[in-house]
Amino acid sequence: MRHTARGFRSLILAAFALFFVAPLLWLIVAPTKSDEELVTRGTFAFGSLHQVGEAWAHLDAFSDHIYRAWIANSLLYALSATAIVLATAIPAGYGLALGNFPGRRIVLTLTLVVMIMPAAALVLPIFLELNAAHLIGSRLSVILPFSFFPFGVYLAYIYYATAIPHDLLDAARVDGCGEWATFRHIGLPLGKPVVALVFFFSFVADWNNFFLPYAVLGDSKQYPIQVGLSNLLSSTPSFNPAVGGGGQQVNIFRPELALATLLAVVPVAIVFMLSQRALVRGLIGGGVKE
Amino acid sequence: MRSSESDEVSAPAATAAGARAVQVRGRRAPRTFPFVLPYLPFLFLFGIFPMIYAATLAFTNDTGAWAGFGNFERTFTDYRFVPALLHILLYTGVWLSLLLVLVVGLALLLHGRANRVSTTYRFLFYLPGALAGAASVLVWLFMLDPSVSPGSFLLRNVLGSHLFVESIAPGKLPFIFAMIAFWTGAGGWIVVMYGALNTIPHDLEEAARIDGAGPVTIALRLKLPLIRKWVAYMAILSFATGTQLFVEPQLVNQASLGLVPDTWSSNQLAYQMAFRYGDFNAAAAIAVDLLAIGLFAAVLVVTRTGLFRAED
Repeated sequence: MRHTARGFRSLILAAFALFFVAPLLWLIVAPTKSDEELVTRGTFAFGSLHQVGEAWAHLDAFSDHIYRAWIANSLLYALSATAIVLATAIPAGYGLALGNFPGRRIVLTLTLVVMIMPAAALVLPIFLELNAAHLIGSRLSVILPFSFFPFGVYLAYIYYATAIPHDLLDAARVDGCGEWATFRHIGLPLGKPVVALVFFFSFVADWNNFFLPYAVLGDSKQYPIQVGLSNLLSSTPSFNPAVGGGGQQVNIFRPELALATLLAVVPVAIVFMLSQRALVRGLIGGGVKE
Repeated sequence: MRSSESDEVSAPAATAAGARAVQVRGRRAPRTFPFVLPYLPFLFLFGIFPMIYAATLAFTNDTGAWAGFGNFERTFTDYRFVPALLHILLYTGVWLSLLLVLVVGLALLLHGRANRVSTTYRFLFYLPGALAGAASVLVWLFMLDPSVSPGSFLLRNVLGSHLFVESIAPGKLPFIFAMIAFWTGAGGWIVVMYGALNTIPHDLEEAARIDGAGPVTIALRLKLPLIRKWVAYMAILSFATGTQLFVEPQLVNQASLGLVPDTWSSNQLAYQMAFRYGDFNAAAAIAVDLLAIGLFAAVLVVTRTGLFRAED
């Protein structure tokens, strides 16, 4: 009886693992096959690396190397916005956690509410605002809204409110450090784990954002990769045979589309690995055991 | 846009913070306003002001004159408004049920396991989170194409589709979108629920076991009630996020060559109002409908669940 229960549990977990991982495995293998082989050969069969090179050549040739431009745009938007987030959110979290000033509570509450609200709800209002400011179509119309990341402020706030020994800060002040010097010499060095966390979440949120750049950018040369992928999708015959002729001309078929999707995930995977130690310590380990 | 997923993951850290913050401020608190100053323009310009501006547009007409609820009535009686609303409600309902049953169920199953096994599973479940945005939709377009999908057997026999267009038949869409959202987001929530389960004191579980409770009884009668705050948080947040659906139907619209309308969800309809018709007041009215849902959910989470504290 007990044995069957355990076996049943393992079966459920394995089935879900398959559901979550199988599409990823398929995506990794797909660019190694030609469009025809995708249909005729086994779904997880490995084709050849030569085929990957071929797919990349087609993808890179698409619309005068625009794929590279999309990746470069995404890096520009995500990195510059995340830099602004780090410069504003870490001190803000520090200031909210360790000090007091009139209006502190309202800043915290507004930050919380906007953080919990679905980000997509703000996209059209931000579009309307940028439209009135004549910023539509400019790269700033992506970078500036991305630079507002209330979750980063909240993370920094929680971190400084719980993880920093306050006597240490008081000691620094007694030794004659001003507020700024205290932050620079004590707060910032001790805040490294939260800097890594905010970097990770901000970068990934910006990288994966589709709706905002889709709404505010017009020129396909300015697109970040997520919007670029949708552009690529409309020019392939993979899912709609009606584009057939167009697909022949641009040489974008299912393997190219799969490669484009796979490459679009690589930066997120790299950032994940870079911040993994901080992530594991911050969330999975320490976050819940008080 | 699903940046809220990232919010979910580290939320457990929040619980005790409020209490500690209170202690700190009992002493002479330093004036730290200058540290917060650089953040304020961003909070105002891209958090608060867009809401105010959208509300202003929603209650005025194109000449800027007061229009009362005119824009709301006008959009509500648009022939696309109610179908879009029904779509997102059905989608949200399916997605929410999937999350509530499966995320809680899987977290409970994992919590009874040896540590290493459970860590591996949590990692595998979390992996698709990297593909939020357009990438996850593209992956699923492949998965739904019977000619290349590893699940073509399931597509043919469960979904009854032999061609890609049959997989994205209008009646199936809310379920398919719910599955895509579940695929990318469930892992993050499982990590959160598992974290919440870890806060349950060991003695409690031990006591129940001595009293003769089996693993199922302990999971459902002891553990589940103790993490109900987190379950409520997930439900409220997911409800609000679900109503904002945009990326999935937009991409399926492009892949289906118009078979799926570009006004499938409410957010898409608002987008089309602004872009195709240049009717910013109507777009603002729908945006304000959706904002109201998001705001309501956020305020509910902050004031009712007690998971996030910002008091002095």
